[in-house]
Amino acid sequence: MSTFLLRRLALVLPTLFFVSLLVFGLQQLLPGDAALALAGEERDPGVVAFLRHKYHLDEALPVRYVLWLKGVLSGDLGESIRIKRPVRDLILEKLPVTAELAVLAIVIALSIGLPMGILAAVKNDSAVDYAATMTALWGRSIPNFWLGILLILLFSVEWGLLPASGFVSPAESLSRNLATLIMPAFVLGNALAAVLMRHTRSAMLEVLSADYVRTARAKGLSEAQVVLHHALRNALVPVITLGALEFGELLSGAVLTEQVFTIPGFGKLIVDAVFNRDYAVVQGVVLCTAIAFILLNLIADFAYALVNPRLRG
Amino acid sequence: MINWRTLIATCLFGFTLSGGAAVAQTLRIGLAEDPDMLDPTLSRTFVSYVVRTALCDKLFDIGLEQEIVPQLASQWEWTDDKRGLVIKLRPGVKFHDGEPFDAVAAKFSIERHLTMPGSTRKSDISAISRVEIIDDHTAKLVMSTPFAPLLAQLATSAGTMMSPKAAQAAGENFGSHPVCAGPFKFVERVVQDRIVLERFADYWDKDKIKLDRIVYLPIPDTTVRLANLQSGGLDLTQVAATDLDTVRKDPRPKLAAVNGIGYSGITINVANGERSKTPFGQDARVRQALELSIDREALNQVVFNGEYQPGNQWVPPTNSYYDKERPIPARDIAKAKALLAAAAAPNPVVAMTVTNNPVVLQTAQVIQAMAKESGFDMRIQATEFASALQLSAKGDFEAFLLGWTGRIDPDGNIYNLITCNSPFNDGHYCSPEVDRELDAARGVEARVDRMFHYRIAAEHLLLDLPIIYLYHPKWLYAMSARLSGFTSYPDGLIRPQGLRLD
Repeated sequence: MSTFLLRRLALVLPTLFFVSLLVFGLQQLLPGDAALALAGEERDPGVVAFLRHKYHLDEALPVRYVLWLKGVLSGDLGESIRIKRPVRDLILEKLPVTAELAVLAIVIALSIGLPMGILAAVKNDSAVDYAATMTALWGRSIPNFWLGILLILLFSVEWGLLPASGFVSPAESLSRNLATLIMPAFVLGNALAAVLMRHTRSAMLEVLSADYVRTARAKGLSEAQVVLHHALRNALVPVITLGALEFGELLSGAVLTEQVFTIPGFGKLIVDAVFNRDYAVVQGVVLCTAIAFILLNLIADFAYALVNPRLRG
Repeated sequence: MINWRTLIATCLFGFTLSGGAAVAQTLRIGLAEDPDMLDPTLSRTFVSYVVRTALCDKLFDIGLEQEIVPQLASQWEWTDDKRGLVIKLRPGVKFHDGEPFDAVAAKFSIERHLTMPGSTRKSDISAISRVEIIDDHTAKLVMSTPFAPLLAQLATSAGTMMSPKAAQAAGENFGSHPVCAGPFKFVERVVQDRIVLERFADYWDKDKIKLDRIVYLPIPDTTVRLANLQSGGLDLTQVAATDLDTVRKDPRPKLAAVNGIGYSGITINVANGERSKTPFGQDARVRQALELSIDREALNQVVFNGEYQPGNQWVPPTNSYYDKERPIPARDIAKAKALLAAAAAPNPVVAMTVTNNPVVLQTAQVIQAMAKESGFDMRIQATEFASALQLSAKGDFEAFLLGWTGRIDPDGNIYNLITCNSPFNDGHYCSPEVDRELDAARGVEARVDRMFHYRIAAEHLLLDLPIIYLYHPKWLYAMSARLSGFTSYPDGLIRPQGLRLD
């Protein structure tokens, strides 16, 4: 197990290096002059020249990359040209917001997707199975931004039950925090639940037809014990993979959902940074997201081994 | 029988209130985007200006008719040679940190705007060569040549006064916690979430301030911003013309509107590189034909529900500097075709760059359809904003549908956009005659004298048409019925004086 983890950890640094090169390079392909975009409406040539020099936009690409990498290795992710704040501070401010939204979304997704998937598999080819499949299709097909606006119109404008947008930190007020996040979390979780439901159903169907499950039934165990104790453990392996990947995707910022609900998280941060050519912010956020993905994959691998002892060798 | 909806509403309402009672006079204003820095010297966005209006007073302000009114400067007088402006400063004014506002602070603030690296205010007041302190509350701004727009410039961000002590201590990080002399002081900012200000108890005009707090909430999506207003999450916000019908059908919010000072128009590449070498770029008759193809009032009706002001000059028809002898030309397809025939270009192909915005795209499509009737083959190239700016600066465009937020003085809507070699004259139009008149208009103070020169400039510009002006947007506001005392100003800024929540 420790050899397994060490091997996985050894791949982290090369992966991060490759990601940093990729995001740096891809940004440069974006058309548009960052200094011009950020110089304001009047585009004073003096301001444009100043911005280019201060943020090394007049240097060659390899020089800019090395300067940025040096900063990263010393903990300095650079500064947002637009609002003149360290990127590190912005990330530390936004990460908890997106993390909380992601956790809530995953909780909702698991709460809906797992039971539905199990039920659909157990009641395979029945009305329950079809209803669950249709619900999953609905969840996956509806565009997030449309569902978000619909929820705002109903729950905020029509019924006045929830705030239309914005975010309150849990430290300020937990109840208001949940009130601001429940709709965006549902929008995200609803789409995820559909995916989780389908994968759980497929995995469960495969496992339920296995010999050992037949043996468990033959031994006289209750259906609940067979399904939940014997079948589910093995069916969870692909679901864990999917859950980890989807959680990583949520952490990178649910761009549309954060825009609609004005949640000040990663998604909103990176969208604004791309449009404003705020390169340092984009690079910093993508690097953090890459780290998060890698860590989540590691956790997923670790969880496999826990769930399935055969993988611990 | 249980009313489940009422029960759920009560529970959830309890949730939202249980975080603590709201402050009574807290005004929540929705913004179209998150401001950049709040540093008056470095900031580049309009929404930052909206926030700074409550934070930072300026030497001057404007009235409802765009006239210059005193703010931190109580009186002013030009010297005989018009190269000096003597300003009497209001006594007894304090900055938010308790430091006094005086001639030293005024000199510091103006010099900061002029000399700080990256200052976006420098070009506004570059006519000032030095600031002299006459006494504690009198300063003299000395210019190398007369510059009539100076008062108007000092009624914008370039006239913002800052605490020297706080600005020197914070340096280029002043924007993280600005310290000025406005009615509200800075409390906190969470990027992309909120900016909170609270009333400054020692404000010099505190009797006009009824609010305790202002919270600015950046909400880029117009539908969501409106939803917030309708659900009580906001008290005041700007709305798009396309949302007016929705607001009018809802009995909850009130509406206010005022003619703005900006414009939207088609900038034409007449001399910037290879792409100017088209009949459209080289021959004014082809540009005149395009203008005659456009029905500006119909455009206004279709795209903006008739809410905006059609225009054909750099100032709106309601502006005192508008040349009434050159009104908006009526649509005339026959004349347009005749002009194209005379120019030997009966079916000119024109690529029009537009930004990726639904309203701008719709405007372009209407123009395209109108122009087609005269024989134009107009191709719309939707481009992301930053890319479009770069293409425009490089001359890689033929026509660019673009707006200008507008300045109080008419010079601000024309000089740097049209004079030879000026920084945002992307079409590279150059007319020594126009330059001469615009320079002369800067050197005289009286409106009638300035108008004389603007008329001559208009004579050239409305024939050459380096920019085809189309319309002037209005500032449209929707607000809670609880809000009273709101006055809309032509510069679009929200002034907190007189605002109250009932």
